[in-house]
Amino acid sequence: MKLPLPPWPIEDVMLLIDCPHCGPRAEVEFRYGGQAHIVRPEQPADLDDEAWAEHLYMRDNRRGLQAERWYHIHGCGRFFNALRHTVTDVFEATYTVGATPLKCEEARK
Amino acid sequence: MKFSAISLVRHAINDHKSWTRQWRSPAPKSAYDTIIVGGGGHGLATAYYLAKEHGLTNVAVIEKGWIGGGNTGRNTTIIRSNYLFDESAALYDHALDLWHGLSQELNYNVMYSPRGVMMLAHSVHDVQVFKRHVYSNRLNGVDNAWLSRAEAKEFCPPLNVSPDARYPVMGAALQRRGGTARHDAVAWGYARAASALGVDIIENCQVVGIDRGPDGAVVGVQTTRGSIQTKKIAVVAAGSTSTVLELAGVRAPLESYPLQALVSEPVKPVFPCVVMSNTVHAYISQSDKGELVIGAGTDQYISYSQTGAAYPLAHAVEAICELFPIFTRMRMLRSWGGIVDVTPDRSPIIGLTPVHGLFVNCGWGTGGFKATPGSGHVFAATVAKGAPHPIAAPFSLDRFRTGRMVDEAAAAAVAH
Repeated sequence: MKLPLPPWPIEDVMLLIDCPHCGPRAEVEFRYGGQAHIVRPEQPADLDDEAWAEHLYMRDNRRGLQAERWYHIHGCGRFFNALRHTVTDVFEATYTVGATPLKCEEARK
Repeated sequence: MKFSAISLVRHAINDHKSWTRQWRSPAPKSAYDTIIVGGGGHGLATAYYLAKEHGLTNVAVIEKGWIGGGNTGRNTTIIRSNYLFDESAALYDHALDLWHGLSQELNYNVMYSPRGVMMLAHSVHDVQVFKRHVYSNRLNGVDNAWLSRAEAKEFCPPLNVSPDARYPVMGAALQRRGGTARHDAVAWGYARAASALGVDIIENCQVVGIDRGPDGAVVGVQTTRGSIQTKKIAVVAAGSTSTVLELAGVRAPLESYPLQALVSEPVKPVFPCVVMSNTVHAYISQSDKGELVIGAGTDQYISYSQTGAAYPLAHAVEAICELFPIFTRMRMLRSWGGIVDVTPDRSPIIGLTPVHGLFVNCGWGTGGFKATPGSGHVFAATVAKGAPHPIAAPFSLDRFRTGRMVDEAAAAAVAH
């Protein structure tokens, strides 16, 4: 269900985030969920300390387009993924969890 | 040139036309013993202590912008050392000890003002946590005292201690040795002192590559002003640390968030100390110029934009108005953001990396300014000797593999 936008021009005062389930909503409705597509190891017992550190703590922290998770906590309550530029803060695309991760080049189109 | 009363008089007679530049601006040489990447307070302090305490003067500080133009010039200048764990207390209190004599040591007035840092408790949980901090600090020889609500009001008269407040003040922890310093002066003072000892400070020069030898060790850097050979690279690049380390293929447990602050129009002295509140989340002091300096929490997402959304600032201002109704009609002058590199345990990373010759000092997150002298001091020793200084040892990059964290999320005091 797409909810109506509030009457004031929210794009002037904050980020407008296009929830794949609810449509464009104001940033304050969302929580940031960190880097996307970090896959939990299927065989945790096989991992050494190095691999655990990589999985738990090491992050791309990319300067440029990065795939990240967002949580529409004050809306549909669902997680989704986004491609956002970390210098301009512009959202290039959003897509649902489980969808094929978008490549940065595709998002530019 | 030494600053003194005599030199002031001499220059005054000369109508102040004879002042010279405070540090040299040399072109990069083709090789240095050590290159420091990042000319903020921590990098410049590292250069200064390398030259002064370890006799290493063939050192360059390479800065992408201008010195002190990053987080050193963007923080809220608060200095304190009331961290919970032994490792942190040792590190931050080492810095606090150095702050005391810093202006004399550098012959540059950094305007260190130990006016007291008071952290407010608004709930039973706050009271218990802060008392635990007070006792822990005392065991570590760090001054910290518990104040009742009335004592907090006495120490900071503008504070609203009404029991009718939405989050009433139930007491406070006070570190009297804490306070503020002039952040720009810290960068300038270290730059001037390091330059006088022979360190080259190279501004407007970005590192774009790190060269490695056949054995993997670093052999030089590529910069926007040419390539420079070196055996040791010390990365002190705050929010840009991940980007620089990536040039050498080193992964870091860092995320870079905007952290915002704002200042009011200047007014006469009205606010005697530094007040921080984790629960309603704001921190405030008054600069010597008269502006109220107010800090917000970090923005929620990774960004290199050096700006942030409006609502974290609005939230901070609402909290200030709740704590200090006297300021509700104060006009704000300007706001800005800096990019802070946050680690999973909110403690810094100081030490060696898996790449031979590559050292890193980062992860100071929302509270690096207070540690500037101590950070530079222990990191210089680490770089000079190639092994961690005893105070820096617990803060190795390796702790994320071993699991021996120094979890200071509560003492970091800034929401993130």
